[in-house]
Amino acid sequence: MTQVSQFPGRPLLSGRPLLEVSQLVKRYDAGKPALDGISFSIRKGEFVSVIGPSGAGKSTLLRCINRMIEATSGEVSFEGASVGLLDRKNLKRLRSKIGMIFQHYNLVERLTVIENVLHGRLGAKSTLAGAAGHYSREEKRQATEVIAMLGLSDHLYQRCDRLSGGQKQRVGIARALLQDPRMILCDEPIASLDPNASRNIMEQLKRFSQEMDIALIVNLHQVNVACKYSDRILGVNAGRLVFDGRPEELTPEKISQIYGAESRSLTAELGEQYAS
Amino acid sequence: MPADIFVRRFNNGLVFFLSVAALTAGSILITQYDVVAGFTSIAKAFAWGARNFYPDHHAMARLPEILRKLWQTVLMSIAATTVAAIFAAFMAMLGSRTTRFNALSSILVRGLASVFRNIPLVAWAMILMLAFSQSLVTGYLALFFGSFGFLTRAFIETVDEASLDAVEALRATGAGYFAIIFQAVLPSCLPQMVSWLLFMIDTNIRDATLVGLLTGTGIGFTFDLYYKSFHFHEASLVVIMIVITIIVIEMFSNYVRRIIL
Repeated sequence: MTQVSQFPGRPLLSGRPLLEVSQLVKRYDAGKPALDGISFSIRKGEFVSVIGPSGAGKSTLLRCINRMIEATSGEVSFEGASVGLLDRKNLKRLRSKIGMIFQHYNLVERLTVIENVLHGRLGAKSTLAGAAGHYSREEKRQATEVIAMLGLSDHLYQRCDRLSGGQKQRVGIARALLQDPRMILCDEPIASLDPNASRNIMEQLKRFSQEMDIALIVNLHQVNVACKYSDRILGVNAGRLVFDGRPEELTPEKISQIYGAESRSLTAELGEQYAS
Repeated sequence: MPADIFVRRFNNGLVFFLSVAALTAGSILITQYDVVAGFTSIAKAFAWGARNFYPDHHAMARLPEILRKLWQTVLMSIAATTVAAIFAAFMAMLGSRTTRFNALSSILVRGLASVFRNIPLVAWAMILMLAFSQSLVTGYLALFFGSFGFLTRAFIETVDEASLDAVEALRATGAGYFAIIFQAVLPSCLPQMVSWLLFMIDTNIRDATLVGLLTGTGIGFTFDLYYKSFHFHEASLVVIMIVITIIVIEMFSNYVRRIIL
């Protein structure tokens, strides 16, 4: 497995991939489908960015993986189990193994940092313990440790509505990490952040992906950011996968294929990044 | 051809103003209401009040008894409101878009709340009087039903309006329904819900007076008794004590709101 991961973007040589998506279709109503037959697979610990214009179906794609949105047809299998066939209980178990990070952080703003981070353990709890919010000493220790790793130790007992955007997103990451996940789905994690906070968040994500062997699927708006951090890039346009390859393979022609007419400025942006 | 937005704004404003004016004039004509007499009699009412409606020393002697009744009424209102709030909170979870089981539970809860809320308090009191006769229970239940309907509706709005992105996040961690309610929804909404609860207690203490007139209990009945036996000085003392109580409660609830919001 370690041998394989030295060649990001290559098809898997041995063993099953962590996540396999095949012919995924999502149709909201009678109109054009949001996802139109998407297939790809993700290996353990792989950092994959999903790029594409707004409304291309990136968010839908991410949410179909942990069934926050039910796909119309197609198959998603995670660690060999077919996600679409799971009953309620096993779906919860699946979700507890997949972290999720959001553009708007999705924290309970009135609660403190540590309380929000501990929410990551709720998926592993019984109904009663979950409702009562009862956490073991060990869980609290882990939470404190994860918060320290993200440099938020000074804010442990601060309410989240007092934090900056970058800090809130780090709380979001800490919450996902406390799930001890095999994979984290990141929906536009830096779209609401300034450049410095964005860089910090992307570097943290990269670090955890490598150190803890967590696969990441990151929806991104910025092509240059995707190129800088990803092992592999997926390009989505109008619900179809139009690119699947390493960052080096993402030529200006490919970018214009992904973004259609609005590609020119993006290509320029990419040029600048390579020039610097 | 795009119509001039400013002309349209002006016309809309004009139409609205004219409609209101026409409605007012029409209502006055149909009911044969004498506007001038209406306003001049306000002054007369105040003049009568100044002559007769103030507490004298006889009235002050009745103060302990009045306070006892008032205290009883306040406690009954608080009990009715808080118990109603617990039921309403439970129903609101079934009724809110974010936390409902399904669309049907939402419709049923909203309908139920609507029925309870739209039956006037006085009607509740009179209906319940048939079953419980003139007693404190009747007043308690009347306030309870009215509050239950109103608070259910208010709590549903509170949960709907609170930005509950966190619910999505918790669902994504695999958290169960009750964990989401207790760890995300309630922590986010509780301050607003308590604020509604305090508002309802304010309102209910006022309304309890009215209900008391009907059910023959509490401070409302005390007022009725004095008033109908022409003891206007005592009756005025009752009114003053009610006003003071409501102001004190309002100040207290404003203080609590400042702390929790």
